[in-house]
Amino acid sequence: MKVYQFTEQPYYPAWNDHSGSLRVNLLNRKCDPRIAADLFHRYYDEWQLSDELDLDIMLNEHHQTATCMSSTVVVGLSVLSRITRKARLLVLGYPIGHRQDPLRVAEELSTIDVISRGRLDMGFIKGVPYEFPASNQNPVGVMDRFWEALDFIIKAMTTHDEMFNWEGEYFNYRQVNVWPRVWQEPHPPIWTTTGSTTQARILGERGYVMATLGSGYNTRPLYDSYRRGHLAKWGKAPGPDRFAYLGLVAVAHDKDEARKRGDLVAGYLRSSSIVHVPFRNPPGFLAVEDNARLLRGQTPPRSYTKDRRVIDMRSAGVDELIAAGILFCGTPDEVYDQIVDFCDYCGGMGNLLMMGHAGFLTHEQTVDNLTLFAREVYPRLKAWKQPDAAEVAAQAVAAAQKAPASPGASARAGDLVDATIAAR
Amino acid sequence: MSLTAESEAPALAVNGTRIDMIERGSGPPLLFLHAENGIEPALAAIDELAKGARVIAPTHPGFGRSELPRGMRSVDDLSYFYLDMLDQLDLRDLTVVGVSLGAWIAAEIAVKSAARFARLVMANAVGIKVGDRETRDIADIFALTEKEFIEIAYCDPARGTRDYKSLPDAEVLAAARAREATARFAWNPFFHNPRLKSRLHRIRIPTLFLWGTHDRMLSEAYGRAYCALIAGARFELIDRAGHFPDHEQPKAFAAKVLAFAE
Repeated sequence: MKVYQFTEQPYYPAWNDHSGSLRVNLLNRKCDPRIAADLFHRYYDEWQLSDELDLDIMLNEHHQTATCMSSTVVVGLSVLSRITRKARLLVLGYPIGHRQDPLRVAEELSTIDVISRGRLDMGFIKGVPYEFPASNQNPVGVMDRFWEALDFIIKAMTTHDEMFNWEGEYFNYRQVNVWPRVWQEPHPPIWTTTGSTTQARILGERGYVMATLGSGYNTRPLYDSYRRGHLAKWGKAPGPDRFAYLGLVAVAHDKDEARKRGDLVAGYLRSSSIVHVPFRNPPGFLAVEDNARLLRGQTPPRSYTKDRRVIDMRSAGVDELIAAGILFCGTPDEVYDQIVDFCDYCGGMGNLLMMGHAGFLTHEQTVDNLTLFAREVYPRLKAWKQPDAAEVAAQAVAAAQKAPASPGASARAGDLVDATIAAR
Repeated sequence: MSLTAESEAPALAVNGTRIDMIERGSGPPLLFLHAENGIEPALAAIDELAKGARVIAPTHPGFGRSELPRGMRSVDDLSYFYLDMLDQLDLRDLTVVGVSLGAWIAAEIAVKSAARFARLVMANAVGIKVGDRETRDIADIFALTEKEFIEIAYCDPARGTRDYKSLPDAEVLAAARAREATARFAWNPFFHNPRLKSRLHRIRIPTLFLWGTHDRMLSEAYGRAYCALIAGARFELIDRAGHFPDHEQPKAFAAKVLAFAE
């Protein structure tokens, strides 16, 4: 198993000083650039430590928000390509649904792949709902734009012997020839996210790495749908390396300290949902049928514990979050057991996206959290034997034949935790 | 949830796209183009108009139960759709009445060809940019809750308030479709076409602007500036109405339209 250390690089000093919205319309007057600089350097230091601890690294970007200062992920990728040595650098995600220029995306990421000497993992998402007012891209039709941009980026990265032309529905280019050429052939690995079984199958057919967040003990149907799509298209079961799960992690030798850390890291879930109400669900982000249900006041339950209790991860306490597989928290032994239990439930999961820092967790606590995890949990996770992929995929096919999938939630690719916020 | 409720609107296919279209009343033909809130809120006004005209009221592609042709995403596209529809139905000497988004569509049709139009009525019309680049002409309705929107769009907010829990499924789905379709056509540039203003001089038919006095999504000054761009256009107010005067004051709205059409 691989483990990617992730922080949203929050500007947490503003978290207790807002008027009901941490995102989009929290005025930047609240941001002291001196404090922001200190925080950026601190977060880069912690990622350097992750590199030294043999952890991989995940970055993301958000816009106009105190929850995540990284507004252009390529800056963080640039810094880390230079100051880290071994870690994979995963961007999850690059919100191409918000970007006007996929050629620029292909150029940026090719450059990062070269500077890092082939350590880039490219996670593409459509972008979160509440940032459409900021980018002013139309949320209606965003998935069409997402797929066209993705197809273009792949073509731009894999075309070496001729220039090409692209006159699509959304993007127009005439003389495409990206320099520098990507390091990894044919292109850096592609990742994306989803909360929908329909999309999961499509991702399986495409063979991309599929990540979910907050899906907890509701993850298996997504993975199984991916497995069926992969098996049908490629004739073989996808290995655990095709699956990724974003889990919050808080480890300490002392149980009370671990819980304290778990509560601080869960601040990510609580702060994420503090968004000016009209921005949460822009038109077109969800299907009209889902929006009609929301108008009627029907909101689907979101997270489940292993014993099928429904929880709301934005307000849940540490115990509930642990029971739901959203937070892995405790002593190194406990955290190891929780993660293995969860991966076993998933039928195999090969990439833990570890939120080892969030919110008010201090630098010292973060360093200790990462170090303990890397030394006392990670080696055992690497040694853990994943379930047999072929057997699991065969079970997934058999289960679908027995009980055909009901038309499920219509969340679309690129939805992460944020689609659930929209429904609030 | 489905759109299978019994329909009082017969379907019409234009270039293979099926849309709903109400036809009511008799007399000189009148094309009614509904606002971004859909056809339902306009039904009372359509009934009033039908007392003095043969009203033809399509539900725009993407709204209500009307299909949306693949690739359609601008008011420019909608205007060509309606030019084809007018040819297909061979409508002539039309009084064309549009409210808000519907008025924008009417203007986009008229600058291309007003050959089938006798006159034009533009009620609380959107579609152009009036102020400078840092002045917002049109309230950012997507940054408002529905309650906040109703407060600026209606003279009497109770008129615009809907209890979705008690409405039929088809109407709730139509409300969700109306919101998505509005964004499809008006998200960016926001409720206007930067090219339209320089084309309005091509409208040379009698034109009447109607303006609900309590519209706080659009200002009366915006309406008067729009009106001044069409030669000879008149401007009249409708009292105790906001952004949707057809919905809030259907009788007064229809009376002014029919008087203009005589």
